[in-house]
Amino acid sequence: MYKDLIGKRSERVKSTVERGMVRRFAEAVGDLNPIYIDEEVGRRSRYGRNIAPPTFPRVLSSGVVEGLNLPKKGLIHGEQNYHYKRPLFVGEDIYSYSVIEDYYEKQGSSGLMGFLSTKRYGENDKGEVIFTEESVIIITETVRKAMKV
Amino acid sequence: MSHILELKKNDTLAVTLDPVSRMDLIKYAGASGDFNPIHTIDEEAKKAGLPGIIAHGMWTMGNLAKLFTPYYEEGFIQDYQIRFSGMVFLHDVVTLQAELKDKAADYMDFDVKAMNQKGREIIKGKVRFATYQ
Repeated sequence: MYKDLIGKRSERVKSTVERGMVRRFAEAVGDLNPIYIDEEVGRRSRYGRNIAPPTFPRVLSSGVVEGLNLPKKGLIHGEQNYHYKRPLFVGEDIYSYSVIEDYYEKQGSSGLMGFLSTKRYGENDKGEVIFTEESVIIITETVRKAMKV
Repeated sequence: MSHILELKKNDTLAVTLDPVSRMDLIKYAGASGDFNPIHTIDEEAKKAGLPGIIAHGMWTMGNLAKLFTPYYEEGFIQDYQIRFSGMVFLHDVVTLQAELKDKAADYMDFDVKAMNQKGREIIKGKVRFATYQ
């Protein structure tokens, strides 16, 4: 049961905000602003370097929460929330881990809907939290029954 | 408008995107690593009970953020909260909008949303743009 997983966290995984990934991501959301991709513009900016778009953390790897078994199909993305201390810098290493924040069920038009809230923390090499990313996933009754949880 | 700090309450930033193409979604799948086939393959979308492929919610959310990108010298997106409420289908024309609701010494709060060509809301939420002193 998802409720038993509340408070569980994944291991902390290191990943790099890679220049090529940032460019490809910026292009994919139609936002090829030079602050993301032009090194000279980055150097002259107040950040002294290039930054990454705010939804870029989707690309970064984070650890797996042990025991969390999600269906491969049929999940609905309900909410997504970011909080930043400052923008992510191109080239920096980020250490991230996820925590299961909450799970609750609500009666909806298509049966009992499950809401699973997960929060990801992204820290720099000094252990300062640079961003948090909270996702709420909706798991419908049909999907839950199909996987027998 | 060249400076976000010049915006007044209820002023808006907005942009309308080109019609959504399959290539847009293939590119987003590749860039984000989200290869859920309901976003790229018709048969898989139909198997899931959809009339056709739909955009990743995060594609729309990622696009919406670009309203603020030109102002990175004045501040940055400190909080970005989105609720996904509608679906984006192939060839939909999406309009992104941010409306200034509150302005303080060190931040600006916006209501943000994306709508399709019928004016139906797709995503909705808030942005707190932290401003440098």
